[in-house]
Amino acid sequence: MDRATDFCVEVTTKAGLKDARATTLERRIAMLGLAGVTSVEVADRYYLRGQIGPEDVAALADTLLHDPIIEDTHTFLLEEDALPAGDGYHIVDVVLHAGVTDSTAESLLTAATEIGIKGVVAAATGTRYTINGSITVEFAEMIATTLLANDAIQHYFINEAAPPPHVPIASNETAPQGALVDFIPLADLDTAALQELSTERRLSLDAAEMSAIRSYFGQVGRAPTDLELEMLAQTWSEHCVHKTFRALIEYTGPPPGATQPLITTTVDSILNSHIRAATESIDKPWVRSAFVDDAGIVALDDQTDLAFKVETHNHPSALEPFGGANTGVGGVVRDVIGVSARPIANTDILCFGPLDTPADSLPDGVLHPMRIEEGVVAGIEDYGNKMGIPTVNGAVVYDPGYTANPLVFCGCLGVLPAGSHPTEPRVGDRIVVLGGRIGRDGLRGATFSSMESDHTTGELSGSAVQIGHPIHEKQVLEAIMVARDEGLYNAITDCGAGGLSSSVGEMAAELGAIVHLERAPLKYPGLEPWEIWLSEAQERMVIAVRPDKIPRVADIASSLDVEMTVLGEFTGDGVMRILYDDETVGEIDCDFLHNGMPRLELTAKWEPPLGEAGPMPDVADPTDTLLALLSSPNIASKEHIVRQYDHEVRGGTVGKPFAGPQSVGPMDAAVIAPLPRRHQNEPVAGAALAVGLNPAYGRLDPYNMAWAAVDEAVRNVVAVGANPDRISILDNFSWGNPRLADRLGTLVRCTQGCHDAAVTYRTPFISGKDSLNNEYTGSDGRKHTIPGTLVISALGVVPDIALTVSSDLKQPGNDLYIIGNTGSHLGGSALAEFTGWDGGASPAPVPDAIETYLRLHRAIAAGLIASCHDVSEGGIAVAIAEMSIGGDLGADIRLGDIPAQSGLDESATAYSESLGRLVVEVATADAARFEQLMAGAITARIGSVRADDRFSFLDSAGGAFIATTIPALARAWRGHVGRPR
Amino acid sequence: MKPRVLIVHASGTNRDQDAAAAVDMAGGHPEIIHINALRDGDVGVLDYQMLILPGGFSYGDDLGAGRLFATVLRHRFGDDLELFAGEGRPVLGVCNGFQALVKSGLLPAIDGSHNQQATLTRNASGRFECRWVELVPERQSPCVWTRRLTEPVYCPVAHGEGRFYAPGAALRAIERSHLVALRYHVPPDIDPYPANPNGSSNHIAGITNPAGNILGLMPHPENHISPRQHPRRHRGETQGSGLAIFINGIEYAASL
Repeated sequence: MDRATDFCVEVTTKAGLKDARATTLERRIAMLGLAGVTSVEVADRYYLRGQIGPEDVAALADTLLHDPIIEDTHTFLLEEDALPAGDGYHIVDVVLHAGVTDSTAESLLTAATEIGIKGVVAAATGTRYTINGSITVEFAEMIATTLLANDAIQHYFINEAAPPPHVPIASNETAPQGALVDFIPLADLDTAALQELSTERRLSLDAAEMSAIRSYFGQVGRAPTDLELEMLAQTWSEHCVHKTFRALIEYTGPPPGATQPLITTTVDSILNSHIRAATESIDKPWVRSAFVDDAGIVALDDQTDLAFKVETHNHPSALEPFGGANTGVGGVVRDVIGVSARPIANTDILCFGPLDTPADSLPDGVLHPMRIEEGVVAGIEDYGNKMGIPTVNGAVVYDPGYTANPLVFCGCLGVLPAGSHPTEPRVGDRIVVLGGRIGRDGLRGATFSSMESDHTTGELSGSAVQIGHPIHEKQVLEAIMVARDEGLYNAITDCGAGGLSSSVGEMAAELGAIVHLERAPLKYPGLEPWEIWLSEAQERMVIAVRPDKIPRVADIASSLDVEMTVLGEFTGDGVMRILYDDETVGEIDCDFLHNGMPRLELTAKWEPPLGEAGPMPDVADPTDTLLALLSSPNIASKEHIVRQYDHEVRGGTVGKPFAGPQSVGPMDAAVIAPLPRRHQNEPVAGAALAVGLNPAYGRLDPYNMAWAAVDEAVRNVVAVGANPDRISILDNFSWGNPRLADRLGTLVRCTQGCHDAAVTYRTPFISGKDSLNNEYTGSDGRKHTIPGTLVISALGVVPDIALTVSSDLKQPGNDLYIIGNTGSHLGGSALAEFTGWDGGASPAPVPDAIETYLRLHRAIAAGLIASCHDVSEGGIAVAIAEMSIGGDLGADIRLGDIPAQSGLDESATAYSESLGRLVVEVATADAARFEQLMAGAITARIGSVRADDRFSFLDSAGGAFIATTIPALARAWRGHVGRPR
Repeated sequence: MKPRVLIVHASGTNRDQDAAAAVDMAGGHPEIIHINALRDGDVGVLDYQMLILPGGFSYGDDLGAGRLFATVLRHRFGDDLELFAGEGRPVLGVCNGFQALVKSGLLPAIDGSHNQQATLTRNASGRFECRWVELVPERQSPCVWTRRLTEPVYCPVAHGEGRFYAPGAALRAIERSHLVALRYHVPPDIDPYPANPNGSSNHIAGITNPAGNILGLMPHPENHISPRQHPRRHRGETQGSGLAIFINGIEYAASL
């Protein structure tokens, strides 16, 4: 065979034109605050290897690799790759680590075949940055590390041509070298040695779990293989089995909702006692499936179900924000496909450190919050937009507690015909994998995300970080939808954390299965059996298919460019048997695999925070305070982020992220019409999606935080028109290390609040997820944990999308009402944060709030509500300001007319964050009917909509408390939106 | 007989169903066919009266937006496509489909040439933009898709690479031949961004070929075919339906 030749094609922007990438980069370099860079040029580089000649490469370059209108190409032999000589610039080459997903290179190989160029055996891509100006090489290096390359997935070369990171084309012909598996003797290891082995292999198993494994294999009479040990570690990981939520916990704390006395009790699994118990006692007939599947399922109507799931992807996003968030979206979308549903909307809730965090204050190994935000947003954008799923709702919270541990919650809503999701594999069914090839990506992701992190995590767990391939997932989705409609599978699950070991393992939990690992398609040769079994290569689904239906599934797959593998079959003998070329590499009883893990026993303690913070500082100028709150990062408009997400694809987004004549006002919830158009003039049911989270309240009392999150999420969907009787909720917990009693104490206290709030609101939990161990230890030994963070996502059914409401003020002269009572709830509030005060009480539960919402819903259904907005961060003043900004209409508000706890001063009335409140706009002609419908709930007329742009709050004496204009409010709230960063 | 409309699905296409809904509502018979099925000869391009290249990220847009889609179209069906378009049958390319039409040289096809003459490149803002825009039809354009439109079309854009650019001579030829079919409505004396969301030359949102049977545009008229999709429906506004474009196309196809 001829020796392969290496070529490089460099694509540059034509002289006289400017690449938008270069402009963006120049702006970011300027933001680093160092002068000297005059301009930047960005060139794409394509590396090609094969039995090819210059004419082949030129043909590829001409046809595929550049845009002839704006770009030039330069093709050369790689060995002739020389850096241009001269001063006044530095050159930075950036390439991916070998083996990291490079979808461009994959497309290039496809394309070469398409246009008839054979012989290319490897392709890779890179980027060359030329940084012009008189700067030092150290500054160029700083630019490279902060802006151009992330060492979790890439490496860079300064003033030196990067070698191409070629990965040979996949081949299953190259079997692993040497022994297929290693046996790991456990029999002679004592507890300390077992613990050491767990740490060394990063199994994340404790001594009791390791001992259980030792005694199981003692009975079997042999040592476990590496594959078996790794499989057990994944299956028993916190990520996969949620052992903390199932643990027996000795909890010391006050009774739920009270602050004393401290009592010690035993909690038999917070999942069962607090979360599932709520769903069971609420017992709604429209809940189709809760907690048993990849996503929760509820009925939309008689013929249609909705599936909803929210996942976390915190640890990977901390290391590689783009890839972490990217695969986070991919993962939750697969969860929804995993219940046979078509994904129709995404949500995302992001928690970052403050963007103005000084770079020199960051713990070692932690990326700057600005870079994390940019990467995470780009990752969400890339996956959601490319899959054609609208991203419609979410939240962003900034808090120093998230600097070292950013949080990324990704949600997905799906739709499926009622009863179309089969869940029972049968003996003899084939195990069929649809989707991407397997590499070393994401090895041990489940255990990695179940561990604390430190400054070496990036280095050691680099293989846990991946880049997604949304197009593969899109095509797998289309294939699954056809297979579902034709009834071709008996069970389905997604391949996520733990890879095949988890997905096939779970599917075979009752029946047992035999798997032939050599059949698995690989990205590159040389993978050990345990690596194939555990790889978390993305974009794969597993289905159980009757043998006679295999040919049809194969046809569907190939017609949609999807790879399909028949990996094995379900046996019925209750044993998980894994072979490679007919040699057994793993054999475990399913019963031990799924039920053999010793029950975790933990201790937890929560006490109310001690000490008096003193009185709240005076609010100097109420108008300036309002403007400051509006411009604070947690309240200010997120439009600059939201508009990077496609929220219109599928055409079903009937409640948009923004409202009003200029489409700038914030909406409380998104409304999706899940089904394509039915008959004209028939009511169309919709799904409302919203979130609630208030980590600042949790520092004072996690029980109240849970109520606040449930109330906010529910209130948000009610505000747009959801029926309060048809709301289901999801719980997502991101917490610190649960083996520390104080961290676990806040978690127990929080789940108590979840239970009580859900039962009171009659909103069942249908799915949830926890991400624990969000702790980071810097090289200085300092431990950074997050504030315990509960995200509640609400899914509400809107009976008729024609009867929904937006938040923007509509008509001058209309009356403005407040619903709900205002108390002294400034603890953890936006005002408290602004004034630097850490005292006060967090918002207290409002047990009858849901009754009030039912009344409001009748008023919405009667068409009496012109606009409606929930009152949350920043209180009534911020809520009405947002309605004014959205509607471009002013308002006059009388503070003295706001129903409030007696003696509450004016600042507290304006900025308190009491739960259960909304502001609504009602036409004067409808006021009497509205008041009648609201009878029995605290409701008061507090002002009216103006025709001009004046915005004022009057104090009880009739003097101006707040006096400003809409342009001033808008500048504060969204002045930053137009400026690209 | 409803005109049969071929909606091509390449791997990564994602607004095929949105386009099908618009065709259906406009009175056509939409069929979404994966490009592999076309290649396998189950059905042919010439079996249809109308062709739509819908929005999405064909092949991930890895080699530039619409580039590989354009290459595959030309390599597999180049002759059929030229025949289809040459006979005057209507062709619509939206977003990614527009990018593919331009990069395959089917648009603007000044002087009948099928070399690439213009391009759609990264938005001036450097980022993906999703927002609603107002599109003003050009009265003198020969485009069959926009004829008789009396009011601006209001619909969303959702793209990262939608900035229309043509070198000076080509741009002048496009304007001279009235090949601009739709422009972003930019009120005078204000910053053109975001009314022109991507920095397109001459606020060009969509162009046609000299025969007027091919329309390519970045915005998504298929996402405004019902009043319920209007962002200001809560304020009682309903104007600017994108359905008008599809109705024009279907009527024209039916007349052939």
